[in-house]
Amino acid sequence: MVSEAQIWAWLEDVPDPEIPVLSLVDLGVIRGVEVCDEKVVVKVTPTYSGCPATTIINLDIETKLHAMGVQNLHLKQQISPPWSTDWIKPEAHEKLRRYGIAPPKAGSPNCPRCGSANTELLSQFGSTPCKSHYKCSDCLEPFDAFKCL
Amino acid sequence: MFEFLLRMGDNTLVLGHRVSEWCGHSPVLEEDIALANISLDLIGQTRMWLGLAGEIEGKGRDADALAFRRDAWDFHNLLICERPNRDYGHTLMRQFLFDLWHHERLADLCLSEEGRVAEIAAKCVKEADYHLERSKDLIVRLGDGTSESHEKMQAALEALWPYVGEMFTDDEVDTAMKEVGIAPLPSRQRPRYDAALNAILSKATLARPESDFTHRGGRYGTHTEDLGHMLAQMQFLQRAYPDARW
Ligand SMILES: [Zn+2]
Repeated sequence: MVSEAQIWAWLEDVPDPEIPVLSLVDLGVIRGVEVCDEKVVVKVTPTYSGCPATTIINLDIETKLHAMGVQNLHLKQQISPPWSTDWIKPEAHEKLRRYGIAPPKAGSPNCPRCGSANTELLSQFGSTPCKSHYKCSDCLEPFDAFKCL
Repeated sequence: MFEFLLRMGDNTLVLGHRVSEWCGHSPVLEEDIALANISLDLIGQTRMWLGLAGEIEGKGRDADALAFRRDAWDFHNLLICERPNRDYGHTLMRQFLFDLWHHERLADLCLSEEGRVAEIAAKCVKEADYHLERSKDLIVRLGDGTSESHEKMQAALEALWPYVGEMFTDDEVDTAMKEVGIAPLPSRQRPRYDAALNAILSKATLARPESDFTHRGGRYGTHTEDLGHMLAQMQFLQRAYPDARW
């Protein structure tokens, strides 16, 4: 029988469909894994309630676990406690920065390119529901920043 | 409780669809993206409210069935949600008047004694908070902007004002919800709404209309003609090809 730890390890290999440098585990949307007899239950929480990636995330989990031989899989949506950017794993912040996205931070974000704190909000909404759009006033590079939710 | 959940879900569904009508038509790209995202949030919230409504009803209807297979008289949203977009100022004013109410209402519902209602509200309130911040900012910027933007915002406020009062009307559904601890009476929210509204309007140099006349009926299924036109578009596919999937 497959262990819970094994399932977690497999899920760490499933990238977020919109920000592929993060795994679903990094993003903090996997709320629990239970293995009972041959049945595997994975509890998933949505980031934003209307985020179009939610269905893709479920599909990716199914695809991955089926590929690893899990037959009896049940995905459960768990909305409480609601997801917030605090659920993103601390070690994932560095991955985001290297990818060019400013990690979530209260107040204005630092430029992921030059590190400057001198940044300006261009638009409250960015390329996905979870990001806003900023510009660095020092190196002048525009960038996406994770909204602090 | 089914009725109460329908009202919550229909508000976000109808307004979410209205806002989505701007997709590809907004004055600037950033605004297009912002409105598309707000619309997505509202539709996502609808899934949760109507999903739970279908469960409580117990007749096998899911959120999609409730959204696409009901007629206008079975929709129980506030009338302000179905008002047409008109110009951009009008759209933003409608959003602001709604967000101000919605955010407070959700904050109240986070304390609901019905766990599932509190859970959904806790999820939605964070998004509503973000929407409200944006709405307030834009109302102040445009109200206190050029003389043209000021005039348009004032005109939008006058046109939408008669739809604000409906948010705070109580009926037997509300009384029943209050008695079982699911939701406080809508009327209780009015003083807080007014205080917040007055503060923003004065910052935006907009004058609050004096009349307290209010249209009502949306919450019982009596709608303006505009809802029918909207549903004809929104429901076309599921009506023409029932159970279509792709
Ligand atoms: Zn920079």
